[in-house]
Amino acid sequence: MTISDLIHETYSALVANKVRSGLTVLGIVIGIGSVIAMIAIGQGSQQTIQDNIESLGSNLILVMPGAQRGIGMQISQGRGSSQTLTIEDALAVSQEASLANGVAPELSGRYQVTAKGTNTNTSVIGTTSAYPLIRNVQIFDGSFITDQQITSKSKVAVLGPTVRDDLFSADSDPIGQSIRIKNIEFKVIGVTKAKGGSGFSNQDDTIFIPITTNQQFLAGSDRVSTISVQAKEQKSMAQLQEQITEILLVRHNISDPSLADFSTLNQTDIVSAASSVTKTFTILLGSVAAISLIVGGIGIMNMMLTTVTERTREIGLRKAIGAKKKDVNLQFLTEAVALTFLGGIIGIIMGWLISFGVHYFADIATKVSVTSILLAFGVSGSIGVLFGYYPAKRASGLNPIEALRYE
Amino acid sequence: MIECKHISKIYKSPSVESGQSIETSALKDVSFKVANGEFVAIMGPSGSGKSTLMHILGALDTPSKGEYLLDGQNVSNLSDDDLADIRKNKIGFVFQSFNLLPRATALRNVTLPLVYSDTKKEEREKKAKEALLSSGLDEAHFNHLSNQLSGGQMQRVAIARALVNNPALILADEPTGNLDSKTGEIVLATFKKLNKIQGRTIILITHEKEVAQHANRIIHIKDGQIENSST
Repeated sequence: MTISDLIHETYSALVANKVRSGLTVLGIVIGIGSVIAMIAIGQGSQQTIQDNIESLGSNLILVMPGAQRGIGMQISQGRGSSQTLTIEDALAVSQEASLANGVAPELSGRYQVTAKGTNTNTSVIGTTSAYPLIRNVQIFDGSFITDQQITSKSKVAVLGPTVRDDLFSADSDPIGQSIRIKNIEFKVIGVTKAKGGSGFSNQDDTIFIPITTNQQFLAGSDRVSTISVQAKEQKSMAQLQEQITEILLVRHNISDPSLADFSTLNQTDIVSAASSVTKTFTILLGSVAAISLIVGGIGIMNMMLTTVTERTREIGLRKAIGAKKKDVNLQFLTEAVALTFLGGIIGIIMGWLISFGVHYFADIATKVSVTSILLAFGVSGSIGVLFGYYPAKRASGLNPIEALRYE
Repeated sequence: MIECKHISKIYKSPSVESGQSIETSALKDVSFKVANGEFVAIMGPSGSGKSTLMHILGALDTPSKGEYLLDGQNVSNLSDDDLADIRKNKIGFVFQSFNLLPRATALRNVTLPLVYSDTKKEEREKKAKEALLSSGLDEAHFNHLSNQLSGGQMQRVAIARALVNNPALILADEPTGNLDSKTGEIVLATFKKLNKIQGRTIILITHEKEVAQHANRIIHIKDGQIENSST
């Protein structure tokens, strides 16, 4: 029996029962389709979260006031709101930590901001001139805060594109205009480039002002809320983290590291924590979809068993004219695999369409990976073998005498 | 040449009452020979063991005791796959209920045995057409689906299918059982012609005397034993 004979047999057998074959294939289509779509959604959101974190800047270590925190654990052990970090701490880190590429302290808060007849509530970040380099912020128009403006506590502001759109209009030029933050007038000197990213930390919906101005006029405190430190290279991040801790412990006169009044967060730790969450999420979605795939496979087995029973006499005849066990086995196995493979192909297309639809209508990032498509092909083929094996074995094991007598 | 030497077939089935197995003898010490080119009828009432004998002659089953030589080869103790090879190369079956594939054309049905004997594609159609012509099917019906044919036409397709591998033996199991007497006559005439003109060895199994009389020799079988042979 040649391959073309096998294809011919399979084709004519499947076409003979179009509705039944179609419904059985549908089970696999739904299974494979939902696996593809679910994994696409999972991987898409993983990508989104990673991009969001990466957009904060690369090789970042964040130093925050308050006690040490575990990853994902926001328990501050009673010191959460303490404000223990100062600009001098940031200065010391930038001078003493040899592995640091740049240091930017920030003091942020949310304030009501008004311009001519418009207003918005947004986050105002007081920072230094090192910030754009470390946090990967680019200037779209005008300039960022200079060191001179920090020393002189100038009332100047750099707007994020979202804030610009809210206070002025999308294509207007706000530079030189004035805005009022907490009723204090600021002059707009620049607009940053849009970074995209939503929800997690939208850097487009932000106003940057000199940190000293923020401390004196808005916050009324000489503390900072975060110090961002960028490492020179990724592999020295853990070492840099230790350096920073040592420097600050000495400065704060604390001998026991477990009693530190600040905490450091390594960006790679945040990325891995976030991706482990989304990985679990992807596995969860994928396994729910896999259940429907198994149900589809049972459908295949059910149909194949019915087919074998219906075609008992045909099997008997084939054996009488010289078909061997393996010929009959192969014929029915090919039928099952053809069904699941067809279902797999349609399922991949459907999964693709679903993930596109989810992206289009629900605005959730999706990502159909080559791996998941190859996986779907492999899985649909193996489901055919797995669930076709028993019916095929039953067909090939039939006694020709009894099969020919079967009514 | 076909030779049966002291063939017995014993079926074992568990008894409902005692739980022990009961042995039923379907064939008891059957011996006969069929020469090449003979047209033999095996005749007997139902339950006589003629079906069992046909299964053994057709290499669908093996005897419990004795030897069966087909074309010089001992077929008594072969495995399932070896038996399949024997059926493929040496035996052509014609059944009472035709057993054609309903969704396939007449031509496709006849090529089916060639699919399993690895015949080249180009040769298949040629061989199948020759077989169909010698079984007497009109060329106009070659590409009809087999379930659109009449009973007589279907049985001719089945005969062509039995012929296509050029077997040493054609085994016909009640070939006229599902046909009216007139079509039955035509089918039997086809067998006669194949025997006379092509020199085919044919064994016909039947319970009807009128059918058996078309053969050159009749082997009577009753209660698993051969009663007498008549010519």
